[in-house]
Amino acid sequence: MKINDVILRTVVKMVVFIILTLGVYLFFAGHNAPGGGFIGGLVLGSAIVLLYLTYDIETVHNGMPFDFKKVAALGVLLATGTAIASIFFNVPFLTQADRYFDLPLLGETHLSTVMIFEAGVALTVIGTLVTIILSISEDE
Amino acid sequence: MIVELAILLPFIMAAAIPFIYRRFNKVHIGWLVLAVPVILFSILTTYIPRIANGETFTKTYEWIPSFNISFTTYLDGLSMIFSLLITGVGSLVILYSIFYLSTKESLHHFYCYLLLFMGAMLGVVFSDHLMVLYAFWELTSVSSFLLIAFWHHRKASRAGARKAMTITVTGGVAMLAGFLTLYTIAGTFSIRELIANVSIIQEHALFIPAMLLVLLGAFTKSAQFPFHIWLPDAMEAPTPVSAYLHSATMVKAGIYLVARMSPVFGGHEVWFWTVAGVGIVTLFWGSFNAVRQFDLKALLAYSTVSQLGLIMSLFGLGSAAHALGYSSESLIYTQATFAALFHLINHSTFKGALFMMVGIVDHEVGTRDIRRLGGLMALMPFTFTIAVIGSMSMAGLPPFNGFLSKEMFFKATVDILQLNIFSVESFGFIFPVVAWTASVFTFVYCVIIIGRTFFGKLQPDRLEKPPHEAPIGMLISPFVLVAFVIGIFFFPNILRRNILAPAMQSIYPSFPAEELTVPIEHFHIGTELFMTIGVIIIGILLYRSLPKWRAIYQLFSQKYTLNAYYERIIGFAESKSGWFTRIYMNGNLTYYFAYIYIIFVTIVAGYFVLSDAFTWSPSQDSPVEYYEMILLLIMVFAAVALLFAKGRITTVLLNGVLGYSVAFFFVVFRAPDLALTQLVVESVTTALFLLCFKFLPDLTKEKVSRAVKFSKATISIFVGATVTLVGLSVLHYEKFEPISAYFEDSYNLAGGKNIVNTILGDFRAFDTMLEVVVLFIAGLGIYTLIKLKAKKGETDVEN
Repeated sequence: MKINDVILRTVVKMVVFIILTLGVYLFFAGHNAPGGGFIGGLVLGSAIVLLYLTYDIETVHNGMPFDFKKVAALGVLLATGTAIASIFFNVPFLTQADRYFDLPLLGETHLSTVMIFEAGVALTVIGTLVTIILSISEDE
Repeated sequence: MIVELAILLPFIMAAAIPFIYRRFNKVHIGWLVLAVPVILFSILTTYIPRIANGETFTKTYEWIPSFNISFTTYLDGLSMIFSLLITGVGSLVILYSIFYLSTKESLHHFYCYLLLFMGAMLGVVFSDHLMVLYAFWELTSVSSFLLIAFWHHRKASRAGARKAMTITVTGGVAMLAGFLTLYTIAGTFSIRELIANVSIIQEHALFIPAMLLVLLGAFTKSAQFPFHIWLPDAMEAPTPVSAYLHSATMVKAGIYLVARMSPVFGGHEVWFWTVAGVGIVTLFWGSFNAVRQFDLKALLAYSTVSQLGLIMSLFGLGSAAHALGYSSESLIYTQATFAALFHLINHSTFKGALFMMVGIVDHEVGTRDIRRLGGLMALMPFTFTIAVIGSMSMAGLPPFNGFLSKEMFFKATVDILQLNIFSVESFGFIFPVVAWTASVFTFVYCVIIIGRTFFGKLQPDRLEKPPHEAPIGMLISPFVLVAFVIGIFFFPNILRRNILAPAMQSIYPSFPAEELTVPIEHFHIGTELFMTIGVIIIGILLYRSLPKWRAIYQLFSQKYTLNAYYERIIGFAESKSGWFTRIYMNGNLTYYFAYIYIIFVTIVAGYFVLSDAFTWSPSQDSPVEYYEMILLLIMVFAAVALLFAKGRITTVLLNGVLGYSVAFFFVVFRAPDLALTQLVVESVTTALFLLCFKFLPDLTKEKVSRAVKFSKATISIFVGATVTLVGLSVLHYEKFEPISAYFEDSYNLAGGKNIVNTILGDFRAFDTMLEVVVLFIAGLGIYTLIKLKAKKGETDVEN
């Protein structure tokens, strides 16, 4: 059965872009405003899920050839990695550092190692979310 | 730095193997792994002269300072002996395994586990901190579990691995309790500090319990009676593993612990009798049981049990010197410890060689059953040489190193009779008597190994493969070991000066170093020499009449062996826990929720009632706005409607209404983070549900009795009431200090203005980190459940 989903596909094309942008914004806004790794990851993950729902798995996979299990694993490695990395600077486990940098274009920017930690959280959330949904939807 | 490197290098290599093993499909990956122990061994040997001069090396890294846990490494004479054995025998075993295991096996797993084990073992002997030692100690149990179960398609391997793990980990937990008891007594986890404060520790009421708990750990690990039953079953592991774990290293961890803790506990009568007594019983029982084995590996396993008992009993006897303190009279008792350390090294050389010899026989002939073997001498001359040297050393004959340490053992058991404390004067006679009897049996089984394997008639039709000599690569390692067996016999004093003397100093820190060891003599006339001659004569007689007295073993009913008891206990625990689990794990989600809620209500409401913490003062609450009332009404409506919904789609939507309303509440109460999370989670779960939707059967009306309905309603009402009342009461709760003040300074402390996120990412990042790991594991779990479920009736393990 072929479903007529022109409207869905057209809407999704635009909406996914907006959701992805929102997700990235939420991720970076995290430390000072609502957002952060978990929510950012969830939003990004739900955008990807939306893509999978609208187009078939193979089409999306051609565009995003990621193994989402590995994405999740990379996330866990990043999160635990920043935790362990702090030991090598002779500070307690999970200590995070932050500083202000004067970056070109962006001006004075606040950068923190929490961001790497949060990136790990976000990647794990995306990876796990998509893995679960894909495996459920692919199941016969 | 070297010590930390020694611990880290095996772990680093173990972590690297999964990434690089694919490049090694033509070349055996063992060659790469071999580099690790060889490098460590070479570096450690350069430290021997400095250790021999009495130097020790320590280095401390702070680990969890708030719990007083630091990673302190300590290299002294005692840890030197063990680390040399671990890396030295480790190198030979890996070299041997390269030829023993074909590249068709999953070698990357094997070497990964082996390296983990090696690192853990080095961690045990180098740690000064008891908690760190414990962590490494359990890691040796876990990695040896993986190694024993390496051929996990075989039921016997899995059973042997489980048995070893059950027994050693139980002992390990007891040991942990002992360490914690020591901490409450002395206030320190550092072994060196414990030794320094030994006089205070001995006075304490908990001294004996702590000692016995620690000993339980040591005895289970070192396979002492009655915990020895795991060692023969562990022989299901590949032979290189048996040679390494069950002769040279893991089983010696318990010996190490006893040696290391001797200065702390050694001065006490209980220690003397427990260690020496258990050791001597193990010595006898192991040697007695080894004689009746038909499997060469099982025979060697029992012989290892017995030899470990020998070393253990010597440490017990040697502890008498701790009780007496330093004097010229007490020095004689330190010689028992000296003999123990010496025999420890000797045992590793000859037993390692013997295990490798059995591995060669098994590999080239296809069986280890001595009833099918025989007449291999002419066909396997090199293997025969190894077997003769190894067995004769174990039997305690010259010119092999076992002779020297066996003589010293006899001397120590005779010398102990002069001791006039600990009621040795009335019971001490058992030591020389049992030691001598056990040595006779040792002699007999050593002769069995040679006689039944290499002499007699060849039975080619009963062998799996035509017998022939092993490839040169498999012979190198055992030949190196037997070279040590002979070399140590002729030059024992090199070993004494450089290796044994500093270790003696670690065990007797308050004794003058130069008086602790005396030169080892080869030939002397004394009681011990006559004992040895007696062992040889009676041993030969017993071997000749072996078929006549084998029937003795049939006198013990199989029902009353320790193994049978173990099986019965495990069987009982399995059936009872299975029965108990089936009661509550009935697969019905409703029941699970009922259990959770009942426990929740009992604990939370119970606590609040008992501590009189329920308060009700609406006057202090902020006023309720009208839109909040509307949201509330919507939620109540949706919740009630859920109960009466007929179709699945309705229930999903109503559930969604509830979820989104909660999100709106978060918005109203200015918790944007929670609102965002709630909204996204709600959307994703609804989408997920709709995905599975078409696979679900139609919603059928539950037909349950009135009583069940009533109990469900009761539980629900209680849960609701508890949550509401707790929610109302927490505002006025005064039992604890609120922690919110701590987070108010989030911007200064963590550089973030969003307090929720600073809590997640900075203040309580540990939770977040572990949650991420849990999420990942849950995801993988779902993936495996769905993707990798076995086809019906398909099974990949043999039962």
